Amino acid sequence: MTGPAKPPWRTANEPDTSDQMTLDLLRFMTAGSVDDGKSTLIGRLLYDSEQVLEDQLAHVAEVSHRRGDAEIDLALLTDGLRAEREQGITIDVAYRYFKTPARRFIIADCPGHQQYTRNMVTGASTADLAVVLLDARKGVLEQSKRHAFISALLRIPHLVVAINKMDLVDYDQERFQEIVEDFAPFVEKLGISDWLNIPISALRGDNVVHGSANMPWYGGPTLLSHLEEVEVAYDHPDNVPARFPVQWVIRVGGSSGEYRGYAGQLASGALHAGEEVVVLPAGHRTRISAIDTYDGGLEEAVAPLSLTLRLEDELDVARGEVICTTAEPPFVARDFEADVCWFVPEPLRAGARYAIKHTTRSATAIVGDLVNRVDVRTLEREPAPARLELNDIGRIALRTSVPLAFDTYARNRRTGSFILIDEATNATVGAGMITAAS
Amino acid sequence: MSSALPATTRLTHLRWLESESVHVLREVVATFERPVLLFSGGKDSIVLLRLAEKAFRPARFPFPLLHIDTGQNFVEAIEFRDRRVAELDERLLVASVQDSIDQGRVVEETGPRASRNRLQTTTLLDAIAEGRFDAAIGGARRDEERSRAKERILSFRDDFGQWDPKSQRPELWNLYNTQIHRGEHARVFPLSNWTELDVWEYIDAEDLEVPTIYFAHTRDVFVRDGMLYAYSEGQQLLPGETVARDTVRYRTVGDMTCTGGVRSTATTVAQIVDEIAATRITERGETRADDRAGEAAMEDRKRAGYF
Repeated sequence: MTGPAKPPWRTANEPDTSDQMTLDLLRFMTAGSVDDGKSTLIGRLLYDSEQVLEDQLAHVAEVSHRRGDAEIDLALLTDGLRAEREQGITIDVAYRYFKTPARRFIIADCPGHQQYTRNMVTGASTADLAVVLLDARKGVLEQSKRHAFISALLRIPHLVVAINKMDLVDYDQERFQEIVEDFAPFVEKLGISDWLNIPISALRGDNVVHGSANMPWYGGPTLLSHLEEVEVAYDHPDNVPARFPVQWVIRVGGSSGEYRGYAGQLASGALHAGEEVVVLPAGHRTRISAIDTYDGGLEEAVAPLSLTLRLEDELDVARGEVICTTAEPPFVARDFEADVCWFVPEPLRAGARYAIKHTTRSATAIVGDLVNRVDVRTLEREPAPARLELNDIGRIALRTSVPLAFDTYARNRRTGSFILIDEATNATVGAGMITAAS
Repeated sequence: MSSALPATTRLTHLRWLESESVHVLREVVATFERPVLLFSGGKDSIVLLRLAEKAFRPARFPFPLLHIDTGQNFVEAIEFRDRRVAELDERLLVASVQDSIDQGRVVEETGPRASRNRLQTTTLLDAIAEGRFDAAIGGARRDEERSRAKERILSFRDDFGQWDPKSQRPELWNLYNTQIHRGEHARVFPLSNWTELDVWEYIDAEDLEVPTIYFAHTRDVFVRDGMLYAYSEGQQLLPGETVARDTVRYRTVGDMTCTGGVRSTATTVAQIVDEIAATRITERGETRADDRAGEAAMEDRKRAGYF
C-alpha cells in the first residue's frame, strides 16, 4: 500500500462513508471514571463553543464564589440535582444539547461510578460516538477498559479516547504515546472500526474546542472539530433489509369504506409503495398499497421515519408484528441467545421469568442456560456462571412465550435489542442484545 | 405544504426529532389505558398537537386534551387555545385552579407577589385522579432547566404524584418500559430532545399559528426583579414599581403572575427564530420567576408532582 503513514492519533483506518446517510445531528456519550474530569470537559465544550448563556454562567460563578473556588468551576454547568451538588457526584445519565454552525449535538453524560454499567449501557444505546476519558497521570484503568468494551458491545461506531489532564504531565508527548500504546491492543481486540486518541486538558481548554499551543507535537483535530466532522454512520437504507414493527393500528370508519393503516417507525432499511412484503411472525405475504404520512403519500420511506402503511390484502395485522421486505427476512423464533447487562441487585438465574419488550412486542421470557460471564479486564468469558450480578454482562439463553421476529444485534440495533422487566416491581432489570437464534 | 421526504440521503434534525416524538406518542396510546395530553396554548404544546396529528390522523386523537387553567392566563392564549381545539375538532377538558381554591383544596397566596403557579400541582393531580388518567403527555424539554436534563421521556409518578430522580428507569434504545402499578401514573415528554430553537424552527417549517403574545406588541408592564411583567387590572405593585408602556414579547406562556416578557421587535416566526438563535439568556432564566425561587426550585416542584 502506498500513501502517507497513518498518524499516531488515528489508530484505525478512515471509515468508508461513501455509501451512508448523513444527519446534521450527532448523539454522543461521555464516560469516565471518578475524577477523570468528565463534567469539566462537558463544561469546557459548552463554554468554549459559546453555548453557555449568561444566566447559567452567572449561576455557576455565584456557586463557585460561594464555595471559595479561585476560578469558575465549569463542572458545575452540568450539575443537575441538589443531591449531586451536595455530594459533588453525578447520579444519573443527563442529556445536554448544544450546537455549532456545523451540527447539533445531544450528549448523554454518563457517570462513571454508581450504577456504571446501567448508566453507560443506557447512554450507549442511542449514541453514535463515545468519548472515553482517561487521566494522563493514571493511564489505562479497569474502568477505561469497561467503558471501551461497553461502547463496542453496544456497537457505537466511533470511539474517541480523550487523554485528559495533559497539563498535569507537562503536556508530555511520550506519556501520551505510552498510554495510546498501552490501550491499543485492548481496543483493537474489541473490533471498533473508527478510533481516535486526543490529548486534552479540559481544565485549561487544550484541544477541546481550541487547539493547544502547549502540544505542538499533536497534529490531529480538536475534540469539537472531530465531533463536527465525523460521519454519522447510518447504513444506507438500500444495504439493510427493511423492518417495520407495527406500533398502532389507525382505523376510521366511513361511508366510503374503512381506513385501516399500520402506524410505526421504520426501524431499518427502505420501503416502497407497491412492494411485496411479509408480515411476521404470521408469515402472510401482501403488497404495500400506500405509504401515508400527515404530509401526504410517499413513494419511498427510509428509516428512521415514522409513517403509516396500508396493505393490499385485508389482513388483521396487530401491534407487535413486523412488516419486512421478502428478501433477507429476520429470524422468527422463540429461542435465542443474547448478551445481557444486568441492572439490579437481585441476581439473574436460570429458570427465572421476566416480561420482555422487543420492538413493539411485549411477551414473557424464561431464562434458560447462563452461557458465560464476561471479565471485562481480559475480555475472557467465564463459562456457565451460577448467576449474573448487578453490573455483570454475560450471555444467556432465553425462551419467549410467543415467537419474535428479530435480527442479531450485530446486524440491526433496533430489531436485535430488548429489555427485561420484573413483573412484580415493574423495574427494568436488564438490557439484551441478541447474538443468535437457537 | 408538502414536506414529503424526497429519496435523499440527507435527513434533517427536525425530521429526526419529529419521528422520535411521533413514535413516543404512538407507544403511549398503545400501552396505557387512559392517556391525556396537556395543552396550554403555549408553543411546546402547539408542537405536541401537530405531532399528534402526524401520529394519529386520519383518525381522531385517542386521548382528550387537558388544560390546567390558573384563571390568570393571558387572554390571548385562552382565546387561541379554544380556537385551535375547535379547528382540530378534539375534546378539551379544563381543570381550574379557581375550583381547587373554592373547594378548599388549596389556599390562595396573598400579597403583591401572589401567584397561582404552585397551586396548579394540586389541580393537576386532582384532574389526573378524577379522570383516572394513567399517562399525562406534556411539552417539557430537557434543555429548559437543570433538573429536567435528568428526566426520562417516560417519567414515573407514585400514588402521590411524586418524582424520585434517584430511582428512574433506564431508557434504552427506543424501548420504553410502560408498566405501572394501579394508582401510579406516567408523565410523558415527547419533546425531551428538542431545544427551544428546534421548537421555533418546527413552528416555522410547519407554518403553525401561535398566540399573538409570542410576537412583539406594546402593553403595560412593570419591572420586578429585573423582569418585565404584564400589568393587569388589580395587580398590586411594590413600592417604587411603576407601570409603563413597552414593546415586548413572551418566550413562554405561563401564568401572568410569574411569566416575564422580553423587549423584542420580532413580529414573525422567522424573526423569532433569529432572535432565539442569537440569545444569550435561557428561556426560563429570562422569563420565569418560578424558577428563580431557589437553586433547586424546579426540582422541588417536580418532586411534588408539578409538570
